[in-house]
Amino acid sequence: MTNIEKYVDRTTELINLPLDPEHRPGVVVNFERIVAIARLVTEFPLPPEVEVAPVFEP
Amino acid sequence: MNADERRCFLDGADAVATAAAVKSGKITATAAVSAALERIAVADRAFNCFTNVMVDRALADAEKVDNAIANNENPGPLAGVPFAVKNLFDIGGITTLAGSKINADNPTATRDAAGVARLRQAGAVLVGTLNMDEYAYGFVTENSHYGPTRNPRDTTRIAGGSSGGSAAAVAAGLVPITLGSDTNGSIRVPAALCGVFGFKPTYGRLSRAGTCLFSSSLDCVGPFGRSLRDIATLYDIMQGPDADDPVCTKRPPELCSPQLNQGIEGLRIAVADGYFATGAQPEALDAVEIVAQALTNVLKYGMETVATTTNPPKIGGLGTVSIPESDRARAAAFIITACEGASLHLDNLRSRPQDFDPATRDRFLAGALIPATWYLQAQRFRQWYRDRVREIFQQTDIILAPATPIAAPLIGVEKIVIAGQEILVRPNLGLFTQPLSFIGLPVLCVPVQRPGALPLGVQIIGAPYSEAVILRVAAVLEAQGIVSAEIGP
Repeated sequence: MTNIEKYVDRTTELINLPLDPEHRPGVVVNFERIVAIARLVTEFPLPPEVEVAPVFEP
Repeated sequence: MNADERRCFLDGADAVATAAAVKSGKITATAAVSAALERIAVADRAFNCFTNVMVDRALADAEKVDNAIANNENPGPLAGVPFAVKNLFDIGGITTLAGSKINADNPTATRDAAGVARLRQAGAVLVGTLNMDEYAYGFVTENSHYGPTRNPRDTTRIAGGSSGGSAAAVAAGLVPITLGSDTNGSIRVPAALCGVFGFKPTYGRLSRAGTCLFSSSLDCVGPFGRSLRDIATLYDIMQGPDADDPVCTKRPPELCSPQLNQGIEGLRIAVADGYFATGAQPEALDAVEIVAQALTNVLKYGMETVATTTNPPKIGGLGTVSIPESDRARAAAFIITACEGASLHLDNLRSRPQDFDPATRDRFLAGALIPATWYLQAQRFRQWYRDRVREIFQQTDIILAPATPIAAPLIGVEKIVIAGQEILVRPNLGLFTQPLSFIGLPVLCVPVQRPGALPLGVQIIGAPYSEAVILRVAAVLEAQGIVSAEIGP
């Protein structure tokens, strides 16, 4: 079992998201894609002063 | 006008011409709406744009417009103009599907979405709702519940998505104007593939109240049309603050219609290179060059070209700009969309995953598993990228880029070859649209028609809230016949 398969199984269990065995391969493929794409974002160094911009208005 | 002349006029008229004819008494609103309903009844079988046609309601609304005119009341700037909306806009008394089977079980909407309400208030008559990718998650409108929408330019090909029904209904001439929504390119991609105008205004410029959201950080609504004056008219009518949409701007409206023909003298226009010139079929880049060359010819005196690269190649006589890290911007938009979309649908993903379209289900499920740190890093990167693009807009007013890397692919095709590389169709249709909506820029997709070949779109990109400038540039291109959106194949 790959790390991604393990992650998908453990995380779906943890957040109470039942995964139909028929849907599992498609979810794993899509999460593999997300991991590859996310690397472009997570590897990019950002200075700490760059914050998110929420629209929340108290 | 006799009956034949009236029918001929109505089949080809844009919204502005239709409203003028209704207001002057040349035709009635009832005739205009009846003609649209007939076109839909006869022709939509070939295209599958509509998921609901509201005959009785539309005819009743048209009669109200005719009565207002008979009573010398102002029927509004869009008097009697038939229109339709992507089926994620609420319509009072109707269940909002958002392209899903699941939402068919929801109660009916209690009132119209803000965009629908404002167009109806302006005298336009809603005739129906339009097909889309389920929950707007796609660029193809090959919906497993409601069938694929077919491209009116070639019915073996996709209309693009997710607002595929909205673009195709306008291209087919079923209605002159429609509304859609754009999160990552869902207005611009189908507009490009169907060869019509599609406008994604600045994030927050138009109220999204009463629409089924997909990824609130990015979602926008906007119009489709076959003429620039229609696009400007709809955009102007739909502007204005709305307390029901927390993202909607409190800025006063800036009307574009009065500025449409002010020309482009003094504007600094550049072509995006680097990321936006890579991974596309040559014809997609040729379309940008055609537009650039036409603008160069207009600007030939007093033109300022923009150069941020050391030795910029000239495209169509214009300088180029490089928008840095656009591949990361697209990736960050992908992460935010997957995460926010999954969060919205989590309850149904738990309780009835089998009822989702298989094309969206596995992506939503995977999106639910994204770690919070990735999402937040994507949101932080959004600020960084916005700041870089703001710097570029200090030196330029308008940027041109292709809308899609290819013309409309065949229905059912999953992979295509571009520049010798086999790539997936679904995610890559948004290659050039995603980085721009990521930071909320206003973008108009203009159609470049190619005799004997499928149309292509070019993105006219402006700084936030520069919609009027974008539309002025497009109006110059329209006046020269460089961009146009005729009905039919």
